[in-house]
Amino acid sequence: MTISIDPQKTNNESLQPKGWLRYFSFSLDHKVIGIQYLVCGFLFYLIGGTLASAIRIELASPMSDFMPRDIYNQVLTLHGTIMIFLWIVPVVNGAFGNYLIPFYVGARDMAFPRLNAVAFWLIPPSGLMLVASYFVEGAAQAGWTAYPPLSITTPQSGQIIWIISVLLLGGSSIFGGINFIATIIKLRRPGLKLMQLPMYCWAMLGTSLLVVLSTPVLAGTLILLSFDIVANTGFFNPVLGGNVVVYQHLFWFYSHPAVYIMVLPAFGLVSEILPVHARKPLFGYTTMVFSIMGIVVLGLVVWAHHMFTSGTPPWMRLFFTIATAFIAVPTGIKFFNWVATLWGGKISINSAILFSCGFIINFVFGGITGVALAQVPFDIHVHDTYFVVAHFHYIVYGGTVFIIFSSIYHWFPKATGKMLDEKLGILHFIITFIGFNLCFAPQHWLGLNGMPRRVAEYDPQFQFVNQISSLGALLMAISTIPFLINIFLSARSGKDSGDNPWNALTPEWLTSSPPPVENWEGEAPLVEEPYGYGKELSEQK
Amino acid sequence: MNLNDFLLTNGAGFEKLNILKIYIQIFRHQLLNKNIYLILIISLVFAISFWIGFNVNLLPAEASINAPIYDELFKILFIIGLIIFIGMTIAVIYSLFKFRRRNDQIGDGIALEGNLSLEIIWTIIPSIIVLLIGLYSYNIYDRMGGMKELNHNHEMMSSNTEKIWAGISQTSDNEISKNNLSIEVTAMQFAFLFNYPKGNFISGELHVPVDQKVSMQMESKDVIHAFWVPEFRIKQDIIPGQPTILNFTPTKVGKYPIICAELCGPYHGGMRASIIVEEESDYNDWFNKNKKTEVNL
Amino acid sequence: MTTLNSSKEIQKNNPEVNEKHEDFRIFGLITFLIADGMTFAGFFAAYLTYKAVNPLPDNAIYQLELPIPTLNTILLLVSSATFHKAGKALLKDKNSDSQKWLIFTAFLGIIFLICQLFEYFHLPFGLTDNLFASTFYALTGFHGLHVTLGTLMILIIAWQSRVNGGIVTSQNMFPLEAVELYWHFVDGIWVILFIILYLL
Repeated sequence: MTISIDPQKTNNESLQPKGWLRYFSFSLDHKVIGIQYLVCGFLFYLIGGTLASAIRIELASPMSDFMPRDIYNQVLTLHGTIMIFLWIVPVVNGAFGNYLIPFYVGARDMAFPRLNAVAFWLIPPSGLMLVASYFVEGAAQAGWTAYPPLSITTPQSGQIIWIISVLLLGGSSIFGGINFIATIIKLRRPGLKLMQLPMYCWAMLGTSLLVVLSTPVLAGTLILLSFDIVANTGFFNPVLGGNVVVYQHLFWFYSHPAVYIMVLPAFGLVSEILPVHARKPLFGYTTMVFSIMGIVVLGLVVWAHHMFTSGTPPWMRLFFTIATAFIAVPTGIKFFNWVATLWGGKISINSAILFSCGFIINFVFGGITGVALAQVPFDIHVHDTYFVVAHFHYIVYGGTVFIIFSSIYHWFPKATGKMLDEKLGILHFIITFIGFNLCFAPQHWLGLNGMPRRVAEYDPQFQFVNQISSLGALLMAISTIPFLINIFLSARSGKDSGDNPWNALTPEWLTSSPPPVENWEGEAPLVEEPYGYGKELSEQK
Repeated sequence: MNLNDFLLTNGAGFEKLNILKIYIQIFRHQLLNKNIYLILIISLVFAISFWIGFNVNLLPAEASINAPIYDELFKILFIIGLIIFIGMTIAVIYSLFKFRRRNDQIGDGIALEGNLSLEIIWTIIPSIIVLLIGLYSYNIYDRMGGMKELNHNHEMMSSNTEKIWAGISQTSDNEISKNNLSIEVTAMQFAFLFNYPKGNFISGELHVPVDQKVSMQMESKDVIHAFWVPEFRIKQDIIPGQPTILNFTPTKVGKYPIICAELCGPYHGGMRASIIVEEESDYNDWFNKNKKTEVNL
Repeated sequence: MTTLNSSKEIQKNNPEVNEKHEDFRIFGLITFLIADGMTFAGFFAAYLTYKAVNPLPDNAIYQLELPIPTLNTILLLVSSATFHKAGKALLKDKNSDSQKWLIFTAFLGIIFLICQLFEYFHLPFGLTDNLFASTFYALTGFHGLHVTLGTLMILIIAWQSRVNGGIVTSQNMFPLEAVELYWHFVDGIWVILFIILYLL
């Protein structure tokens, strides 16, 4: 093994503020940026969660009586936009990606530290602008999909602010994507082969490819939409000869891959967490890599399944049905491999593994309803109903958010050197899991029986089931309390974790916890088998 | 049982072919023994899934000829989904319980990095299932009339040069489309209007006779709306600038909601109407009561 | 450990060491250009879809005239070649030659923009006239924005490649290479745009 270090350095850390102040600075340290993404995203999660609670309060009674109807539409638009663009995408990509990827490739920082900081600092202003638009002249109220002509006819200022902030957030996401691709492909430590990378690197590579290929299309579409709103053009305005369905095609060309942008990193994270706590190698590494790439390729050619009721030609429906259903194959492979990873292990039952297993169960459920939704005749009945709402919350909340929590329990010792309290963590898991399923499982029935989504009032026969759902939402809101208490108590007075509390083999644990500014005291270790549990490698530890 | 016992109980005089059969039986027997619990659990999962699939009804009443076709697909998807979901859940919970770390345990699990034949199995079997589901749902969609060309078989098209963009058409060429009850639907913020061209009147409620094909031409005045009748299992977006056709045949007398399913503004939740399916005589009474005589200008 | 120390030494002495990895930055730039290309791809897809599904009424169809856009195509192709010349000259440390080629390239870019504006003013339709007009202006305008940016950047590196005190030298080729790549990209987009918008 030759001695070589990575010359990529931020090299101006002496100029950076020290202590907690550095989290409010234009820091170039990937770990600081990762924490910045996480905390910023979590604050927006609290805002989005409050909005979700408002929606569930409104829906506890069949009449529109909790808030005015146009405010309700603003709330649901903000809820969707904040949760997607300011919580899940930045956290599951930006936060964990920035924190972990340089460790995994054996580097001292990301390939473009400055671009990285710029990408992060685009987020708070655009998020605040989006939230502030509510207090100015009312936020956008056309839903997070902003379908024209509704988005053209609703009050302009809110919609324009929405477009600007989504464009900025898209830009941030593209910058992040470029950075991840360059870091994973170019900045690998000498001697580290692509097929030796931890799975999260592959997931981030796939995600970043999707970001780079699809986000610009959304940007272009929103620019055209803003022309329609401001300059009176008619791209998507049927009164002026425009075509509404073109918007939907362009929008979903981004927004379907966006679902994979939200879940692929979660797939990567769970592939890191399971082997550590099950003390077993990740089952079927090579197939896992190929299935990620399969999802990336298929993910780009399935967008029209969001438009089965909006006038797509029959051949297109057939193609998109088959293509969408086939995504279940690589996704299924991953799930079988995770269960096989657990099988025969020595699993420590802790918060991290519980949230990961909760993820597997929820996501399998969401995936099954997803395959059903891919079938045109099935989708025609349930499209735009609560069935769809339930389905995607099973994917993004039951899937990705569970993994975000799992990852926080797993990597909190890494970032702080303190352990999180397991009792509070397990309490958090139990409340979240029950609350989540109580909230969203009944919504499948609501959708099948005739409750459309995005409504403030509904048929009184659905009241009881809606109240169960609202009760679940209440539990989900409560579940945040033990989590926050846990974070604050443990960060102040948690028990010391040592450098490697889980005895993990992935490279981020092979340095001190919390890590030094440039990650490694000396040369970055060459980890050829990040999942070599049960082998000689682990006995050395 | 072994071969000797078998021969003893069944007497001598076997032909060679029969001995081969016995070997196969014994082989199966031993295989079963080894995996008896697995097979038991799998059949239990299948039994539970089929039982739930056939006995739990999650859907509203079936009130159009589309509905039973849809419910057939739903039932199949529901059963397959239940098998996979229950199977995976059992696998996860079982591994968490069986392979949990006991207090006295140290060290790692087995260093099993993969198994090619397993990977191949769980690539190919899902692929086949998914492909079969896709082809089956294509068949269902075809039976619902979704794959029919829209522009050819509507006599109203000859008088209307506008392009029909989308919809579900159950009319096939050999049917006489003149018998269809044709209705023009106008969607606007926040109401549906139903125009009966034959009676020259507009109604806020949709009345249709039972067991007769209804052909609707739908247009939107402002934003995207959607026409959805859950009991009919049909939904179609009504997109401004794109006239759309939706055909259906109600089969059950009753009053059903018509729901707008696409966010169309503040009163989206209130954008509802009713469809009243009634016996032909009742329908004719209603129609004649509302019919306007031709106005001569 | 010697490599380690010497490497740290280099970094301590030269704060610009991080900027010395052209390959990464060019790689990042290529990724960015792919992303940018996808924006154009979205616009092209929208334009072609409109053309296929929303045909214009007969009285609104206007045949675009070819001389100016053809001239523009030639201008951009020539400018790509002159930019290449500038790069080669700089590599041979002929900074003033390189600067001349760069200024000539920027000049071609400016003529392109003037021609584009001239075409705009002589077209019989405005931005909001019909769907074709809107898409036409959106596509050419978005491309024109890229050309404007590119021309400005060329002027900046032309200024920076001056003999005394310029930072773009044969040791620091990155700015020139990056802008050159970008310029070729804009050029390539124009050719596609020319084919789709004017010839098809």
